[in-house]
Amino acid sequence: MARRGRTGPIRVLIAKPGLDGHDRGAKVVARALRDAGMEVIYAGLRQTPEEVVRAALEEDVDLIGLSILSGAHMALFPKILVLLKAEKAGNIPVFAGGIIPDEDARRLKKAGIKAIFGPGTTLQEIVTTAQRLARGAA
Amino acid sequence: MTGSPRLPPVARAIVDGDRRALARTISAVENGDPRVAGIVRSLYPRTGRTPVIGLTGPLGVGKSSLLSVLIGQLRARGKTVGVVAVDPSSPYSGGSVLGDRIRLERKANDDGVFFRSMASRGEAGGIAASTREVARLLDAAGFDVVFVETVGSGQVDVAIRGVATTSVVILVPHLGDEVQTLKAGLFEIADVFCVNKADLPGADLAAKDLSELVALGAARDGWAPPIVPTSTTTPSGIEELWTAIDAHEQFLDSTGQRTQHERARLSAEIAERVKDRMGREVAERLTRDPELRRLLDRVVARTLDPATAAEELFRTHYAPK
Ligand code: B12
Ligand SMILES: Nc1nc2c(ncn2[C@@H]2O[C@H](COP(=O)(O)OP(=O)(O)OP(=O)(O)O)[C@@H](O)[C@H]2O)c(=O)[nH]1
Ligand SMILES: [Mg+2]
Repeated sequence: MARRGRTGPIRVLIAKPGLDGHDRGAKVVARALRDAGMEVIYAGLRQTPEEVVRAALEEDVDLIGLSILSGAHMALFPKILVLLKAEKAGNIPVFAGGIIPDEDARRLKKAGIKAIFGPGTTLQEIVTTAQRLARGAA
Repeated sequence: MTGSPRLPPVARAIVDGDRRALARTISAVENGDPRVAGIVRSLYPRTGRTPVIGLTGPLGVGKSSLLSVLIGQLRARGKTVGVVAVDPSSPYSGGSVLGDRIRLERKANDDGVFFRSMASRGEAGGIAASTREVARLLDAAGFDVVFVETVGSGQVDVAIRGVATTSVVILVPHLGDEVQTLKAGLFEIADVFCVNKADLPGADLAAKDLSELVALGAARDGWAPPIVPTSTTTPSGIEELWTAIDAHEQFLDSTGQRTQHERARLSAEIAERVKDRMGREVAERLTRDPELRRLLDRVVARTLDPATAAEELFRTHYAPK
């Protein structure tokens, strides 16, 4: 569903919600997705959930990736999912990474985050998951 | 406005301010999806009256930062703004990291701004093949001003002239030698010069150097490009920059050059489209059509040269009788 019969490269938004200055992981992931042939919109630091959703809609992305190492994921991720649904864009898959304890990860997946990756995940695994999610095979 | 009843539903939605319809149509245009040809065609009559401002200049001079403050300024005056910002595609993977959005500061709930990032997809010249058509969609969507940010390449991005009504060339202090090498291209392109990062030392000197260069280059059709120092960090000069852009837009109207330039751009666009179309067709026929294959054989055997072969092919197959 996500690709809606589209032919071009996969478009992904990589965003860092909240007041979190750790951007290495987000940049590493963005470059890995680029090297896999995707068009990655890197929205930068300190995005509000509203800004993340707005960017995803304007950029018409197939996938949203959230990176967070500050510990604020339980507040921010569900907010983003709710806003997406409110915009009738709940079909855009969301995946995430950073410092997210297992217990939180379980709850966030229940809430609708498709996949969550912690430190040490191989970039190949992230790329493969991104391709699968963007193609709508969630 | 009731508008034409012929508008297809998606085109109608775009005109009525549906931003998702706009976003999806842009993707389809980028991907060359034939299903949106009718939408694009139906919107064309609604385009051509909006200022399209090109922002070009070397890597990292502050194009996106200036865009952000210009947007703030225009929003404060109640003007709506559509943006397409181009970044390079990787020649290796075809992928891209599009980072122009990082500098964007605006209220997330503001429908008066639409910002779209775009990969160049192998196109040289600083914009993508579909940038012109996407700028047109933004025009049709009714934004008061459309901005196009080019790829920040080493050279000057000439292709922007085929899209923008006013082109702003952005430089920074201490470009020194670089300005010398850019020189020829600069005058071809710039309607307005901007010396950004004027908060850094050397800005006065850069503006002075530039003004000497501008004085050397003859004013083009009665317009001498102004030089505006700006800083996005202070910020300063932003109002002056918009005033300079606006002055050029008014100059286009008062002299009748707007129509003249638009005519030249459209003429170039049609020629380019025909060239693309014919180029593809000829390349295809040279591999399939027996007669054309024999022509190619002679060129390969060095009994006929490529220029003569092309001329012969054009005369026998394409020139009007
Ligand atoms: C480097 C670092 C910093 C650098 C950041 C530099 C930068 N520009 O990024 C600096 C020194 C600035 C810094 C500062 C701070 N840090 Co620090 N920092 C780290 C450290 C050591 C490594 C992070 C890193 O860059 N890893 C390398 C990247 C590649 O890995 P990654 O981000 O985890 O990404 C991988 C995966 O998580 C995943 N991934 C990440 N994002 C995404 C997104 C998507 C979509 C996907 C699919 C996958 C994915 O894929 C990546 C590849 O495997 C971690 C500890 C750790 N080992 O993680 C602490 C850590 C993150 N920092 C921490 C803290 C507390 C801080 C400070 C608050 C410290 C302080 N008291 O001053 C400040 C806050 C800064 C700020 N403004 O936010 C804590 C966070 C605790 C928490 N969340 O509960 C940590 C966990 C250290 C700790 N154990 O306490 N830090
Ligand atoms: N000192 C100073 N730095 C500036 C100014 N404007 C922008 N910068 C900085 O210059 C860097 C590049 O800014 P961008 O706005 O991304 O430049 P750009 O021309 O859009 O870059 P590309 O799109 O990558 O070519 C950033 O670190 C900005 O903070 C300015 O007026 N003064
Ligand atoms: Mg930029």
